[in-house]
Amino acid sequence: MGLDSLVGGTIWDEYSNKVADLMNNPKNMGEITTEEAEEKGGKLIVADFGAESCGDAVRLYWLVNPNTDVIMDSKFKSFGCGTAIASSDTMAELCKFKTVQEAVKITNIDVEKAMRDTPDVPSVPPQKMHCSVMAYDVIKKAAAQYMNVDMESFEEEIIVCECARVSLSTLQEVIRLNDLTTVEQIADYTKAGAFCKSCIRPGGHEAKDIYLVDLLEEYEKEKMAKTADSLAQGGPVDFEQMTVVQKLKVVDKVIDDNIRQMLIMDGGDMEILDIKENGENIDIYIRYLGACNGCASADTGTLFAIENILKEKLSPNIRVLPI
Amino acid sequence: MKVYLDNNATTMVDEQVKSAMDPFFTEMYGNPNSLHAYAGETHPHIKTAMEKIYAGIQANRKDSVVITSCATESNNWVLKSIYFEYILTGRKNHIIISEVEHPSIMATARFIESMGCKVTYLPINSEGLIEAQSVRDSITSKTALVSVMWANNETGAIFPVQEIGEICAEHKVLFHTDAVQAVGKIPISVQEFNVDYLTFSAHKFHGPKGVGALYMKQGKELMPLLHGGSQMGGHRSGTLNVPGIVGMGKAMENAVDALDFEMPDIREMRDNFEDELLKIEDTFVVTPRNKRTSNTILISFRGIEGESMLWDLNREGIAASTGSACASEDLEANSVMEAIGADEDLAHTAIRFSLSRYTTQEEIDHTLAVVKKAVARLREISSSYSYAPEGHNSELTIGH
Repeated sequence: MGLDSLVGGTIWDEYSNKVADLMNNPKNMGEITTEEAEEKGGKLIVADFGAESCGDAVRLYWLVNPNTDVIMDSKFKSFGCGTAIASSDTMAELCKFKTVQEAVKITNIDVEKAMRDTPDVPSVPPQKMHCSVMAYDVIKKAAAQYMNVDMESFEEEIIVCECARVSLSTLQEVIRLNDLTTVEQIADYTKAGAFCKSCIRPGGHEAKDIYLVDLLEEYEKEKMAKTADSLAQGGPVDFEQMTVVQKLKVVDKVIDDNIRQMLIMDGGDMEILDIKENGENIDIYIRYLGACNGCASADTGTLFAIENILKEKLSPNIRVLPI
Repeated sequence: MKVYLDNNATTMVDEQVKSAMDPFFTEMYGNPNSLHAYAGETHPHIKTAMEKIYAGIQANRKDSVVITSCATESNNWVLKSIYFEYILTGRKNHIIISEVEHPSIMATARFIESMGCKVTYLPINSEGLIEAQSVRDSITSKTALVSVMWANNETGAIFPVQEIGEICAEHKVLFHTDAVQAVGKIPISVQEFNVDYLTFSAHKFHGPKGVGALYMKQGKELMPLLHGGSQMGGHRSGTLNVPGIVGMGKAMENAVDALDFEMPDIREMRDNFEDELLKIEDTFVVTPRNKRTSNTILISFRGIEGESMLWDLNREGIAASTGSACASEDLEANSVMEAIGADEDLAHTAIRFSLSRYTTQEEIDHTLAVVKKAVARLREISSSYSYAPEGHNSELTIGH
């Protein structure tokens, strides 16, 4: 944030010269017909990916030597923005004279890098990285067709963020190792979610099977489960390090397990209003409900009982303050 | 040749407007609220400008036309004040807007929705128009406000403000209209149309940027959004933007004068331009001409993604606009095209040309030639028009 984000700019300012040149004069734009393929003695592969209704679509033509599996010629047609056209063109170029098996290894990241003017400066703005993904997908589609296999078989792992090609296992590991709690942190550590943002949460440009928010939730639940287990076994709980939401949940659980039943039997109850750190102390504000309200022991015996159990189970620094 | 056909986004400042504003930067720069001659000498100029602004929308002297910093401020003001006065206090719980409002209404409505207000989003029909009946059907006893734009920024579609105004009056529901795209393009009368609140902005009719306004009918004044030194009769605090107000006044006067003389010419030029564009194969326009503002064309070129079209136009100096997802920061497609329920293959192909009284025939001719060249080039690249061998099972959704 700050100055740069205040003024903004046009996405075109962030296109590399190569992207602009390819948009103006794509080199491999064109088609290969059945007749041409026959003439040259190659096998014609025509693969489609995307849809106009989604904003980008590409058709890839390969002329493959059936004896060597070498792609002798590669052309494309594309419905899409400048980045889509430039990356389709680059993709078609990168396929040339490779075997189909080699071509499958070309990723959208290779395509984006090939369009850079200087090695360290991205060739397209972050949200446009998405357009290069289609270039990668259509290669897999063409190869699958040629090799007569399923397109999914080329992916060795589940990719959650296609723009940055970050896998499910990588994400789960990074989240766990670094105790990540926000999507911004995930982007900082892995670049996942930093581009077209579709993988962050439902409702983005593209629907996904797995979203980053799901992974965070999964990890959160895992942590909660661990805490609950630890509580159940009377083991230590790292209460101080928890977020406020986690603290609330854990406090509620301890009260549920140890105290609430007694209060309800006397026709009362209590609720947690807030948890605040106050220097060394962790202050838990509560409100008595029903019969507890105004009960003589609410500020003495009952209160001490609540405070003691929370101190014992969670942290000696807890103070309970009824409001 | 440079051609500016993005006048629904903003306009060139009229030279006369610029000259009218000039003295208020270095000569009469006093704060109108001060007690000295520097302040006093600005007053008659502000008054004259305000009278022109009132006349431009035919407001009654007892009504309030409050100058703001932009239409976004005016729109935020209406929705947030309604929220504070009616929703938060529990008197009402509901507002109605259309699903194609400008982001300054849409995002504000979503915000107050998140704070507990119910919001109905009225659909548009296949011509891109709101049906007044849908307002009637959506009003409940708990509805505080209806806010429907006068004319849509993308299509130029003119919504049935008069009928909606009558329905609102009948049900005693407050009615706001965002008239940013209407003021200066069609005659506006807040008296005739039962409008309680109306938003407009100077930079859409050859006035300066940073000057918006909110009309509030007498007796329907909203609580202020900006508190402070009680300028603008306490309705909107903040030092008066004297050059801005003077500029808006002059721009309003010129725009209203032009309605009778120049607007028919703009319409004719637009119609001829549109006829020529539609001669290009596979082009589509949604809203009928007589149901939209005279200066606007939203046209789809099948098989050509909007941003790539803008790219080719821009290379030749032509400024137009697209709601295509690829041209936006967030990859969201043109909400109007989606709301119309147009052929979904066309959702990303719409280009908006918006003319002004400064557009020349020469510019239109040049644009037409460039468009034809761009269509030929981009369809040559497009997968929508590409070869597929016999028996190829295409997975691209091509509608022909």
